[in-house]
Amino acid sequence: MADLLHIDHVSKSFEQRKGDAHLVLDSIDLTLGEGEFVSLLGASGCGKSTLLRIVAGLEVPSDGVVWLDGHEIVAPGRDRGMVFQQYTLYPWLTAKRNVEFALVDTPKKERPEIAAEYLEVVGLSDFADHFPSQLSGGMQQRVAIARALALRPRVMLMDEPFGALDAQTRGLMQELLLSIWERDRLSVLFVTHDVEESLILSDRVCVLGARPGRVREIVNVDLPRPRVYELRDSAEFITLKHHVHSLIHDEAVKATGLGNVLARGGYS
Amino acid sequence: MAPTPTVDAEGAPQASAPEPRSAVRRRRKRALYESIPTHHYALIAVISLAVLFLLWLFISTRGLVNTLFLPTPMEVWQATVTWQSDGTMLLDTKDSVIRILLGFAISSAIAIPVGIFMGVSKRVEAAVEPPVDFIRYMPAVAFIPLTLIWFGTDEIQKIVILFIGVFFQEVLLIMDHVKVVPRQYVEMGYTLGFTRWQVIRRVVFRSAAPGIVDTLRICMGWAWTYLVVVELVGANSGLGFRIQSAQRYLDTPTILAGIIWIGILGLTFDFAFKAFYNKAFPYMKRGR
Ligand SMILES: Nc1ncnc2c1ncn2[C@@H]1O[C@H](COP(=O)(O)OP(=O)(O)OP(=O)(O)O)[C@@H](O)[C@H]1O
Ligand SMILES: [Mg+2]
Repeated sequence: MADLLHIDHVSKSFEQRKGDAHLVLDSIDLTLGEGEFVSLLGASGCGKSTLLRIVAGLEVPSDGVVWLDGHEIVAPGRDRGMVFQQYTLYPWLTAKRNVEFALVDTPKKERPEIAAEYLEVVGLSDFADHFPSQLSGGMQQRVAIARALALRPRVMLMDEPFGALDAQTRGLMQELLLSIWERDRLSVLFVTHDVEESLILSDRVCVLGARPGRVREIVNVDLPRPRVYELRDSAEFITLKHHVHSLIHDEAVKATGLGNVLARGGYS
Repeated sequence: MAPTPTVDAEGAPQASAPEPRSAVRRRRKRALYESIPTHHYALIAVISLAVLFLLWLFISTRGLVNTLFLPTPMEVWQATVTWQSDGTMLLDTKDSVIRILLGFAISSAIAIPVGIFMGVSKRVEAAVEPPVDFIRYMPAVAFIPLTLIWFGTDEIQKIVILFIGVFFQEVLLIMDHVKVVPRQYVEMGYTLGFTRWQVIRRVVFRSAAPGIVDTLRICMGWAWTYLVVVELVGANSGLGFRIQSAQRYLDTPTILAGIIWIGILGLTFDFAFKAFYNKAFPYMKRGR
Protein backbone atom coordinates (compact mmCIF):
# COMPACT_ATOMS: atom_id res chain seq x y z
CA MET A 1 0.00 0.00 0.00
CA ALA A 2 1.29 3.42 -0.89
CA ASP A 3 1.53 5.38 2.31
CA LEU A 4 0.87 9.05 2.49
CA LEU A 5 3.76 9.68 4.82
CA HIS A 6 6.75 7.49 5.46
CA ILE A 7 9.27 8.30 8.17
CA ASP A 8 12.03 6.13 6.80
CA HIS A 9 14.65 5.22 9.42
CA VAL A 10 15.08 8.75 10.63
CA SER A 11 17.79 9.53 13.16
CA LYS A 12 18.66 12.84 14.68
CA SER A 13 21.52 13.90 16.86
CA PHE A 14 22.25 17.33 18.18
CA GLU A 15 25.72 18.70 18.46
CA GLN A 16 26.64 19.20 22.12
CA ARG A 17 29.69 21.26 22.99
CA LYS A 18 32.93 20.26 21.27
CA GLY A 19 31.69 17.82 18.64
CA ASP A 20 30.03 15.63 21.26
CA ALA A 21 26.84 14.47 19.53
CA HIS A 22 23.70 13.69 21.49
CA LEU A 23 21.48 11.11 19.81
CA VAL A 24 17.84 12.07 20.23
CA LEU A 25 16.08 9.88 17.66
CA ASP A 26 17.38 6.49 16.67
CA SER A 27 16.22 5.07 13.35
CA ILE A 28 12.52 5.84 13.65
CA ASP A 29 10.41 4.01 11.09
CA LEU A 30 6.73 4.86 10.88
CA THR A 31 4.09 5.23 8.23
CA LEU A 32 0.88 7.19 8.05
CA GLY A 33 -1.85 6.09 5.65
CA GLU A 34 -4.32 8.33 3.89
CA GLY A 35 -7.02 9.36 6.36
CA GLU A 36 -5.24 7.74 9.27
CA PHE A 37 -4.83 9.17 12.77
CA VAL A 38 -1.52 8.21 14.37
CA SER A 39 -0.19 9.41 17.70
CA LEU A 40 3.38 9.72 18.82
CA LEU A 41 3.39 8.97 22.52
CA GLY A 42 6.34 9.27 24.83
CA ALA A 43 7.75 10.79 27.96
CA SER A 44 8.94 14.36 28.02
CA GLY A 45 12.25 14.79 26.25
CA CYS A 46 12.06 11.62 24.18
CA GLY A 47 12.15 13.55 20.92
CA LYS A 48 8.49 13.74 19.87
CA SER A 49 8.67 17.41 18.94
CA THR A 50 11.95 16.87 17.17
CA LEU A 51 10.43 14.13 15.03
CA LEU A 52 7.41 16.25 14.17
CA ARG A 53 9.65 19.19 13.31
CA ILE A 54 11.61 16.95 10.96
CA VAL A 55 8.38 15.98 9.21
CA ALA A 56 7.43 19.66 9.07
CA GLY A 57 10.76 20.39 7.38
CA LEU A 58 11.92 22.70 10.17
CA GLU A 59 14.69 20.34 11.20
CA VAL A 60 16.96 18.22 9.00
CA PRO A 61 17.39 14.55 9.93
CA SER A 62 20.94 13.40 10.60
CA ASP A 63 20.09 10.17 8.84
CA GLY A 64 17.10 8.76 6.99
CA VAL A 65 14.41 10.35 4.87
CA VAL A 66 10.82 11.46 5.28
CA TRP A 67 8.63 10.81 2.26
CA LEU A 68 5.36 12.59 1.61
CA ASP A 69 3.41 11.28 -1.38
CA GLY A 70 6.61 9.67 -2.56
CA HIS A 71 8.61 12.90 -2.46
CA GLU A 72 11.43 13.56 -0.06
CA ILE A 73 10.71 16.33 2.45
CA VAL A 74 13.44 18.95 2.27
CA ALA A 75 11.71 22.14 3.44
CA PRO A 76 8.59 23.38 5.19
CA GLY A 77 5.54 23.60 3.00
CA ARG A 78 1.84 24.21 2.77
CA ASP A 79 1.11 20.52 2.25
CA ARG A 80 1.67 20.04 5.98
CA GLY A 81 -0.54 21.95 8.41
CA MET A 82 1.27 22.50 11.67
CA VAL A 83 -0.23 23.19 15.08
CA PHE A 84 2.47 23.90 17.61
CA GLN A 85 2.69 23.11 21.29
CA GLN A 86 2.87 26.81 22.18
CA TYR A 87 0.29 29.26 20.93
CA THR A 88 1.53 30.67 17.65
CA LEU A 89 -1.23 32.94 16.48
CA TYR A 90 0.11 36.27 15.33
CA PRO A 91 -0.88 38.76 18.04
CA TRP A 92 -1.27 41.65 15.61
CA LEU A 93 -3.97 39.86 13.61
CA THR A 94 -7.53 39.09 14.62
CA ALA A 95 -8.69 35.48 14.62
CA LYS A 96 -10.15 35.86 11.15
CA ARG A 97 -7.06 37.57 9.75
CA ASN A 98 -4.84 34.91 11.28
CA VAL A 99 -6.68 32.29 9.26
CA GLU A 100 -6.66 34.45 6.13
CA PHE A 101 -2.95 34.99 6.60
CA ALA A 102 -2.36 31.35 5.67
CA LEU A 103 -4.19 31.71 2.38
CA VAL A 104 -1.46 33.49 0.45
CA ASP A 105 -2.10 31.65 -2.79
CA THR A 106 -5.87 32.08 -2.70
CA PRO A 107 -7.31 35.11 -4.52
CA LYS A 108 -7.82 37.94 -2.03
CA LYS A 109 -11.57 38.09 -2.59
CA GLU A 110 -12.10 34.48 -1.58
CA ARG A 111 -10.04 34.56 1.60
CA PRO A 112 -12.61 36.00 4.03
CA GLU A 113 -15.14 33.39 3.01
CA ILE A 114 -12.75 30.49 3.53
CA ALA A 115 -11.56 31.91 6.85
CA ALA A 116 -15.15 32.30 8.03
CA GLU A 117 -15.87 28.73 7.01
CA TYR A 118 -13.04 27.28 9.09
CA LEU A 119 -13.74 29.49 12.09
CA GLU A 120 -17.24 28.09 11.89
CA VAL A 121 -15.82 24.57 11.91
CA VAL A 122 -14.01 25.23 15.20
CA GLY A 123 -17.03 27.09 16.58
CA LEU A 124 -15.48 30.53 16.79
CA SER A 125 -17.51 32.56 14.32
CA ASP A 126 -18.49 34.96 17.08
CA PHE A 127 -14.87 35.67 17.91
CA ALA A 128 -13.65 36.34 14.37
CA ASP A 129 -12.70 39.92 15.18
CA HIS A 130 -10.98 39.23 18.49
CA PHE A 131 -7.25 39.51 18.88
CA PRO A 132 -5.45 36.44 20.28
CA SER A 133 -4.83 38.26 23.56
CA GLN A 134 -8.61 38.48 23.97
CA LEU A 135 -9.06 34.71 23.55
CA SER A 136 -8.56 31.91 26.06
CA GLY A 137 -5.82 29.34 25.46
CA GLY A 138 -8.32 26.79 24.17
CA MET A 139 -9.82 29.30 21.77
CA GLN A 140 -6.38 30.26 20.49
CA GLN A 141 -5.59 26.63 19.74
CA ARG A 142 -8.90 26.30 17.91
CA VAL A 143 -7.98 29.26 15.71
CA ALA A 144 -4.58 27.67 15.13
CA ILE A 145 -6.34 24.48 14.06
CA ALA A 146 -8.62 26.46 11.76
CA ARG A 147 -5.58 28.12 10.26
CA ALA A 148 -3.89 24.78 9.60
CA LEU A 149 -7.12 23.31 8.16
CA ALA A 150 -7.59 26.27 5.86
CA LEU A 151 -4.41 25.28 4.05
CA ARG A 152 -6.17 22.03 3.06
CA PRO A 153 -2.96 20.18 3.87
CA ARG A 154 -2.15 16.59 2.94
CA VAL A 155 -1.36 15.91 6.57
CA MET A 156 -1.96 17.69 9.87
CA LEU A 157 1.00 17.77 12.25
CA MET A 158 -0.08 18.51 15.80
CA ASP A 159 2.40 18.89 18.66
CA GLU A 160 0.61 18.53 21.99
CA PRO A 161 -1.95 21.08 20.86
CA PHE A 162 -4.05 20.60 23.98
CA GLY A 163 -1.17 20.19 26.39
CA ALA A 164 -1.74 23.46 28.19
CA LEU A 165 -5.49 23.08 28.63
CA ASP A 166 -7.46 21.91 31.65
CA ALA A 167 -8.90 18.38 31.57
CA GLN A 168 -12.43 19.56 30.82
CA THR A 169 -11.51 21.77 27.86
CA ARG A 170 -9.10 19.13 26.69
CA GLY A 171 -11.85 16.52 26.43
CA LEU A 172 -14.02 18.88 24.42
CA MET A 173 -11.17 19.73 22.11
CA GLN A 174 -10.53 16.05 21.49
CA GLU A 175 -14.16 15.57 20.53
CA LEU A 176 -13.99 18.59 18.25
CA LEU A 177 -10.83 17.32 16.56
CA LEU A 178 -12.36 13.89 16.03
CA SER A 179 -15.49 15.34 14.48
CA ILE A 180 -13.40 17.43 12.09
CA TRP A 181 -11.22 14.44 11.31
CA GLU A 182 -14.24 12.33 10.45
CA ARG A 183 -15.86 15.11 8.44
CA ASP A 184 -12.77 16.03 6.36
CA ARG A 185 -11.08 12.62 6.25
CA LEU A 186 -7.89 14.19 7.53
CA SER A 187 -4.58 12.46 7.97
CA VAL A 188 -3.13 13.37 11.33
CA LEU A 189 0.19 12.85 13.04
CA PHE A 190 -0.47 13.82 16.65
CA VAL A 191 2.09 14.22 19.42
CA THR A 192 1.07 13.77 23.03
CA HIS A 193 2.35 12.44 26.32
CA ASP A 194 -1.18 11.67 27.54
CA VAL A 195 -2.02 7.97 27.19
CA GLU A 196 -5.80 8.40 27.26
CA GLU A 197 -5.66 11.17 24.72
CA SER A 198 -3.65 9.04 22.31
CA LEU A 199 -6.04 6.09 22.66
CA ILE A 200 -9.23 8.10 22.31
CA LEU A 201 -8.02 9.78 19.14
CA SER A 202 -5.85 7.35 17.23
CA ASP A 203 -5.99 4.41 14.90
CA ARG A 204 -2.46 3.56 15.95
CA VAL A 205 -0.24 4.76 18.77
CA CYS A 206 3.49 4.82 18.25
CA VAL A 207 5.05 4.51 21.68
CA LEU A 208 8.50 6.03 21.77
CA GLY A 209 11.19 5.00 24.20
CA ALA A 210 13.57 7.52 25.63
CA ARG A 211 17.29 8.16 25.39
CA PRO A 212 17.61 7.75 22.51
CA GLY A 213 14.08 7.90 21.13
CA ARG A 214 13.22 4.56 19.53
CA VAL A 215 9.94 3.03 18.48
CA ARG A 216 9.10 0.89 21.48
CA GLU A 217 5.90 -0.52 20.08
CA ILE A 218 3.20 0.46 17.65
CA VAL A 219 -0.14 -0.24 19.30
CA ASN A 220 -3.23 -0.82 17.15
CA VAL A 221 -6.28 0.81 18.67
CA ASP A 222 -9.20 -1.24 17.41
CA LEU A 223 -11.88 0.67 19.27
CA PRO A 224 -15.17 1.41 17.54
CA ARG A 225 -15.76 4.79 15.99
CA PRO A 226 -17.21 7.32 16.44
CA ARG A 227 -15.69 7.22 19.88
CA VAL A 228 -17.83 8.52 22.68
CA TYR A 229 -16.75 9.69 26.08
CA GLU A 230 -18.08 6.54 27.80
CA LEU A 231 -15.58 4.48 25.84
CA ARG A 232 -13.04 5.38 28.49
CA ASP A 233 -14.85 3.06 30.90
CA SER A 234 -14.94 0.06 28.58
CA ALA A 235 -12.88 -3.04 29.32
CA GLU A 236 -10.95 -2.90 26.02
CA PHE A 237 -9.98 0.68 26.60
CA ILE A 238 -8.75 -0.01 30.12
CA THR A 239 -6.75 -3.02 28.99
CA LEU A 240 -5.10 -0.98 26.25
CA LYS A 241 -4.48 1.82 28.67
CA HIS A 242 -2.73 -0.46 31.15
CA HIS A 243 -0.62 -1.94 28.41
CA VAL A 244 0.53 1.43 27.09
CA HIS A 245 1.01 2.81 30.59
CA SER A 246 3.39 0.01 31.49
CA LEU A 247 5.39 0.62 28.30
CA ILE A 248 5.61 4.30 29.14
CA HIS A 249 6.41 3.71 32.78
CA ASP A 250 9.44 1.57 32.01
CA GLU A 251 10.70 4.14 29.59
CA ALA A 252 10.10 7.02 31.97
CA VAL A 253 12.01 5.27 34.73
CA LYS A 254 14.87 4.73 32.32
CA ALA A 255 14.74 8.31 31.06
CA THR A 256 14.66 10.00 34.44
CA GLY A 257 17.28 7.69 35.92
CA LEU A 258 15.00 7.34 38.94
CA GLY A 259 15.09 3.53 38.90
CA ASN A 260 17.37 3.16 41.91
CA VAL A 261 15.65 5.84 43.93
CA LEU A 262 12.24 4.27 43.39
CA ALA A 263 13.50 0.77 44.11
CA ARG A 264 14.87 1.96 47.44
CA GLY A 265 11.48 3.45 48.33
CA GLY A 266 9.88 0.13 47.48
CA TYR A 267 7.49 1.57 44.92
CA SER A 268 6.26 -0.77 42.13
CA MET B 1 -28.29 44.84 66.29
CA ALA B 2 -27.54 48.44 67.25
CA PRO B 3 -24.83 50.15 65.21
CA THR B 4 -22.21 50.32 67.90
CA PRO B 5 -18.69 51.41 66.93
CA THR B 6 -16.41 48.45 66.50
CA VAL B 7 -12.66 48.13 66.28
CA ASP B 8 -11.16 46.32 63.33
CA ALA B 9 -8.18 44.04 63.34
CA GLU B 10 -5.70 46.86 63.02
CA GLY B 11 -7.24 48.70 65.92
CA ALA B 12 -8.82 51.55 63.98
CA PRO B 13 -12.31 52.37 65.20
CA GLN B 14 -14.99 52.43 62.54
CA ALA B 15 -18.74 52.48 62.17
CA SER B 16 -20.00 48.95 61.70
CA ALA B 17 -23.23 48.72 59.73
CA PRO B 18 -23.65 51.69 57.35
CA GLU B 19 -20.63 51.46 55.01
CA PRO B 20 -18.64 48.31 55.53
CA ARG B 21 -17.82 47.99 51.83
CA SER B 22 -16.08 51.32 51.48
CA ALA B 23 -14.22 50.69 54.70
CA VAL B 24 -12.84 47.50 53.26
CA ARG B 25 -11.89 49.24 50.08
CA ARG B 26 -10.11 52.04 51.90
CA ARG B 27 -7.88 49.60 53.67
CA ARG B 28 -6.92 47.66 50.54
CA LYS B 29 -3.33 48.25 49.48
CA ARG B 30 -2.65 49.54 45.98
CA ALA B 31 -1.68 46.59 43.83
CA LEU B 32 1.57 46.84 41.90
CA TYR B 33 1.04 47.43 38.16
CA GLU B 34 -2.56 48.33 38.93
CA SER B 35 -4.10 50.29 36.09
CA ILE B 36 -5.96 53.52 36.75
CA PRO B 37 -8.57 55.44 34.75
CA THR B 38 -7.20 57.90 32.21
CA HIS B 39 -8.67 60.94 33.94
CA HIS B 40 -7.02 59.81 37.14
CA TYR B 41 -3.72 59.63 35.36
CA ALA B 42 -4.22 63.08 33.82
CA LEU B 43 -5.13 64.59 37.17
CA ILE B 44 -1.98 63.33 38.84
CA ALA B 45 0.11 64.52 35.90
CA VAL B 46 -1.41 68.01 36.02
CA ILE B 47 -0.84 68.28 39.77
CA SER B 48 2.76 67.20 39.34
CA LEU B 49 3.38 69.85 36.67
CA ALA B 50 1.56 72.48 38.75
CA VAL B 51 3.79 71.78 41.73
CA LEU B 52 6.85 72.27 39.56
CA PHE B 53 5.46 75.55 38.26
CA LEU B 54 4.54 76.83 41.72
CA LEU B 55 8.00 75.96 42.96
CA TRP B 56 9.50 78.05 40.15
CA LEU B 57 7.06 80.89 40.85
CA PHE B 58 7.86 80.82 44.54
CA ILE B 59 11.64 80.72 44.19
CA SER B 60 11.80 83.44 41.51
CA THR B 61 9.31 85.94 43.03
CA ARG B 62 10.47 85.64 46.63
CA GLY B 63 13.89 86.91 45.71
CA LEU B 64 15.52 83.66 46.79
CA VAL B 65 17.77 83.94 43.75
CA ASN B 66 18.69 86.86 41.52
CA THR B 67 16.08 87.13 38.73
CA LEU B 68 18.91 87.56 36.26
CA PHE B 69 19.69 83.90 36.92
CA LEU B 70 16.17 82.69 37.29
CA PRO B 71 13.56 84.99 35.74
CA THR B 72 9.96 84.87 36.90
CA PRO B 73 7.27 83.10 34.87
CA MET B 74 5.82 86.52 33.95
CA GLU B 75 9.13 87.69 32.48
CA VAL B 76 9.46 84.50 30.50
CA TRP B 77 5.94 84.91 29.18
CA GLN B 78 6.76 88.48 28.20
CA ALA B 79 9.88 87.29 26.35
CA THR B 80 7.82 84.68 24.55
CA VAL B 81 5.32 87.30 23.41
CA THR B 82 8.09 89.53 22.10
CA TRP B 83 9.79 86.61 20.36
CA GLN B 84 6.52 85.59 18.78
CA SER B 85 5.37 89.05 17.71
CA ASP B 86 8.15 89.72 15.18
CA GLY B 87 7.66 86.33 13.54
CA THR B 88 11.09 84.97 14.47
CA MET B 89 9.64 82.34 16.78
CA LEU B 90 7.77 80.76 13.90
CA LEU B 91 10.82 80.93 11.62
CA ASP B 92 13.13 79.47 14.28
CA THR B 93 10.67 76.69 14.96
CA LYS B 94 10.24 75.94 11.27
CA ASP B 95 13.99 75.73 10.65
CA SER B 96 14.58 73.50 13.65
CA VAL B 97 11.68 71.19 12.92
CA ILE B 98 12.72 70.76 9.30
CA ARG B 99 16.25 69.88 10.40
CA ILE B 100 15.15 67.40 12.98
CA LEU B 101 12.63 65.74 10.70
CA LEU B 102 15.18 65.42 7.91
CA GLY B 103 17.96 64.11 10.14
CA PHE B 104 15.63 61.76 11.93
CA ALA B 105 13.95 60.51 8.76
CA ILE B 106 17.29 59.78 7.06
CA SER B 107 18.64 57.98 10.13
CA SER B 108 15.50 55.91 10.55
CA ALA B 109 15.14 55.09 6.86
CA ILE B 110 18.56 53.47 7.02
CA ALA B 111 18.45 52.15 10.59
CA ILE B 112 15.19 50.21 10.19
CA PRO B 113 16.22 47.96 7.30
CA VAL B 114 19.81 47.62 8.51
CA GLY B 115 18.65 46.82 12.06
CA ILE B 116 16.22 44.21 10.76
CA PHE B 117 18.86 42.47 8.67
CA MET B 118 21.31 42.57 11.59
CA GLY B 119 18.65 40.98 13.77
CA VAL B 120 17.84 38.10 11.43
CA SER B 121 21.34 37.40 10.13
CA LYS B 122 24.37 36.74 12.29
CA ARG B 123 26.55 37.41 9.25
CA VAL B 124 25.16 40.90 8.76
CA GLU B 125 25.41 41.47 12.49
CA ALA B 126 29.07 40.43 12.50
CA ALA B 127 29.79 42.79 9.63
CA VAL B 128 27.91 45.80 10.94
CA GLU B 129 27.89 45.71 14.71
CA PRO B 130 31.60 46.23 15.48
CA PRO B 131 31.94 49.44 13.46
CA VAL B 132 28.58 50.68 14.73
CA ASP B 133 29.61 50.03 18.31
CA PHE B 134 32.89 51.77 17.74
CA ILE B 135 31.33 54.91 16.31
CA ARG B 136 28.57 54.81 18.89
CA TYR B 137 31.09 55.46 21.63
CA MET B 138 32.50 58.49 19.88
CA PRO B 139 30.56 61.47 21.19
CA ALA B 140 28.51 62.90 18.35
CA VAL B 141 29.09 66.47 19.48
CA ALA B 142 32.84 65.97 19.11
CA PHE B 143 32.20 65.69 15.38
CA ILE B 144 30.89 69.25 15.26
CA PRO B 145 34.28 70.93 14.64
CA LEU B 146 35.11 68.37 11.98
CA THR B 147 31.78 68.70 10.21
CA LEU B 148 32.08 72.47 10.33
CA ILE B 149 35.35 72.17 8.44
CA TRP B 150 33.82 69.74 5.96
CA PHE B 151 30.51 71.44 5.29
CA GLY B 152 30.66 74.89 6.90
CA THR B 153 27.43 75.94 8.55
CA ASP B 154 25.44 74.43 5.71
CA GLU B 155 22.25 72.51 6.50
CA ILE B 156 24.09 69.32 5.58
CA GLN B 157 26.30 69.78 8.60
CA LYS B 158 23.31 69.76 10.98
CA ILE B 159 21.85 66.68 9.35
CA VAL B 160 25.17 64.86 9.59
CA ILE B 161 25.47 65.54 13.33
CA LEU B 162 21.90 64.42 13.90
CA PHE B 163 22.62 61.30 11.92
CA ILE B 164 25.75 60.49 13.89
CA GLY B 165 23.96 61.12 17.15
CA VAL B 166 20.88 59.05 16.37
CA PHE B 167 21.61 56.37 13.78
CA PHE B 168 24.22 54.36 15.63
CA GLN B 169 22.06 54.00 18.74
CA GLU B 170 18.87 53.47 16.81
CA VAL B 171 20.15 50.66 14.64
CA LEU B 172 21.26 48.57 17.63
CA LEU B 173 17.98 49.05 19.47
CA ILE B 174 16.06 48.00 16.37
CA MET B 175 18.30 44.95 15.99
CA ASP B 176 17.47 43.95 19.56
CA HIS B 177 13.74 44.24 18.94
CA VAL B 178 14.12 41.99 15.90
CA LYS B 179 16.19 39.45 17.83
CA VAL B 180 13.47 38.87 20.39
CA VAL B 181 10.79 38.06 17.82
CA PRO B 182 9.53 34.64 19.01
CA ARG B 183 11.04 31.87 16.89
CA GLN B 184 7.68 30.10 16.73
CA TYR B 185 6.27 33.00 14.74
CA VAL B 186 9.06 32.62 12.23
CA GLU B 187 8.71 28.85 12.02
CA MET B 188 4.95 29.19 11.70
CA GLY B 189 5.58 31.49 8.75
CA TYR B 190 7.77 28.87 7.12
CA THR B 191 5.19 26.13 7.59
CA LEU B 192 2.65 28.43 5.95
CA GLY B 193 4.93 28.27 2.93
CA PHE B 194 6.37 31.77 3.15
CA THR B 195 9.70 32.54 1.56
CA ARG B 196 12.47 34.05 3.66
CA TRP B 197 11.64 37.46 2.31
CA GLN B 198 7.95 37.03 3.13
CA VAL B 199 8.82 35.91 6.63
CA ILE B 200 10.94 39.02 7.16
CA ARG B 201 8.31 41.37 5.82
CA ARG B 202 5.10 39.77 7.05
CA VAL B 203 6.24 38.19 10.31
CA VAL B 204 9.50 39.61 11.64
CA PHE B 205 8.84 43.23 10.79
CA ARG B 206 5.24 43.12 11.96
CA SER B 207 6.17 41.40 15.17
CA ALA B 208 8.94 43.88 15.93
CA ALA B 209 6.98 46.92 14.78
CA PRO B 210 5.71 48.08 18.19
CA GLY B 211 9.22 47.92 19.59
CA ILE B 212 10.59 49.75 16.57
CA VAL B 213 8.07 52.57 16.92
CA ASP B 214 8.99 52.84 20.58
CA THR B 215 12.64 53.06 19.60
CA LEU B 216 11.86 55.82 17.12
CA ARG B 217 10.06 57.74 19.84
CA ILE B 218 13.01 57.52 22.18
CA CYS B 219 15.51 58.39 19.46
CA MET B 220 13.45 61.44 18.56
CA GLY B 221 14.15 62.70 22.08
CA TRP B 222 17.88 62.34 21.56
CA ALA B 223 17.59 64.04 18.17
CA TRP B 224 16.24 67.15 19.89
CA THR B 225 19.28 67.33 22.14
CA TYR B 226 21.70 67.01 19.24
CA LEU B 227 19.75 69.53 17.20
CA VAL B 228 19.99 72.19 19.88
CA VAL B 229 23.67 71.52 20.47
CA VAL B 230 24.47 71.82 16.80
CA GLU B 231 22.43 75.02 16.55
CA LEU B 232 24.16 76.51 19.57
CA VAL B 233 27.54 76.05 17.95
CA GLY B 234 27.18 76.99 14.32
CA ALA B 235 23.84 78.15 12.98
CA ASN B 236 22.18 81.34 11.79
CA SER B 237 18.67 80.30 12.63
CA GLY B 238 16.74 77.83 14.73
CA LEU B 239 15.79 77.48 18.36
CA GLY B 240 19.31 76.70 19.55
CA PHE B 241 20.61 79.73 17.70
CA ARG B 242 17.96 81.93 19.38
CA ILE B 243 19.02 80.72 22.82
CA GLN B 244 22.65 81.27 21.92
CA SER B 245 22.13 84.84 20.78
CA ALA B 246 20.01 85.64 23.86
CA GLN B 247 22.91 84.56 26.01
CA ARG B 248 25.07 87.33 24.54
CA TYR B 249 22.70 89.92 26.02
CA LEU B 250 22.21 88.05 29.29
CA ASP B 251 18.59 87.76 28.16
CA THR B 252 17.69 84.89 30.49
CA PRO B 253 13.91 85.20 29.97
CA THR B 254 14.35 84.48 26.25
CA ILE B 255 16.75 81.64 27.01
CA LEU B 256 14.18 80.06 29.29
CA ALA B 257 11.39 80.75 26.81
CA GLY B 258 13.41 78.90 24.17
CA ILE B 259 14.12 75.97 26.46
CA ILE B 260 10.49 75.63 27.51
CA TRP B 261 9.31 75.90 23.90
CA ILE B 262 11.68 73.11 22.89
CA GLY B 263 10.28 71.05 25.75
CA ILE B 264 6.75 71.63 24.52
CA LEU B 265 7.68 70.73 20.93
CA GLY B 266 9.45 67.58 22.10
CA LEU B 267 6.44 66.61 24.16
CA THR B 268 4.19 67.14 21.15
CA PHE B 269 6.31 64.82 19.03
CA ASP B 270 6.28 62.27 21.83
CA PHE B 271 2.52 62.48 22.02
CA ALA B 272 2.24 62.01 18.28
CA PHE B 273 4.32 58.85 18.50
CA LYS B 274 2.28 57.50 21.37
CA ALA B 275 -0.97 58.26 19.56
CA PHE B 276 0.34 56.51 16.47
CA TYR B 277 1.43 53.54 18.58
CA ASN B 278 -1.98 53.13 20.14
CA LYS B 279 -3.68 53.50 16.79
CA ALA B 280 -1.40 51.14 14.88
CA PHE B 281 -1.05 48.46 17.56
CA PRO B 282 -4.44 48.14 19.22
CA TYR B 283 -3.56 44.58 20.23
CA MET B 284 -0.83 45.81 22.56
CA LYS B 285 -3.41 46.07 25.29
CA ARG B 286 -1.34 47.73 27.95
CA GLY B 287 -0.28 50.60 25.68
CA ARG B 288 1.06 53.32 27.95
N1 LIG C 1 17.93 22.47 18.86
C1 LIG C 1 18.34 21.56 19.77
N2 LIG C 1 19.64 21.52 20.15
C2 LIG C 1 20.07 20.61 21.06
N3 LIG C 1 19.27 19.71 21.66
C3 LIG C 1 17.96 19.73 21.34
C4 LIG C 1 17.43 20.64 20.39
N4 LIG C 1 16.11 20.41 20.26
C5 LIG C 1 15.83 19.40 21.11
N5 LIG C 1 16.93 18.97 21.76
C6 LIG C 1 17.01 17.87 22.71
O1 LIG C 1 16.33 16.78 22.17
C7 LIG C 1 15.62 16.08 23.16
C8 LIG C 1 14.19 15.88 22.72
O2 LIG C 1 13.53 17.14 22.67
P1 LIG C 1 12.03 17.27 22.18
O3 LIG C 1 11.63 18.68 22.33
O4 LIG C 1 11.88 16.66 20.85
O5 LIG C 1 11.28 16.38 23.27
P2 LIG C 1 9.73 16.12 23.45
O6 LIG C 1 9.53 14.67 23.41
O7 LIG C 1 8.93 16.94 22.50
O8 LIG C 1 9.49 16.63 24.94
P3 LIG C 1 8.23 17.39 25.56
O9 LIG C 1 7.18 16.36 25.81
O10 LIG C 1 8.77 17.93 26.85
O11 LIG C 1 7.81 18.45 24.60
C9 LIG C 1 15.78 16.86 24.43
O12 LIG C 1 16.74 16.23 25.24
C10 LIG C 1 16.28 18.20 23.99
O13 LIG C 1 17.15 18.73 24.95
MG1 LIG D 1 7.62 18.60 22.67
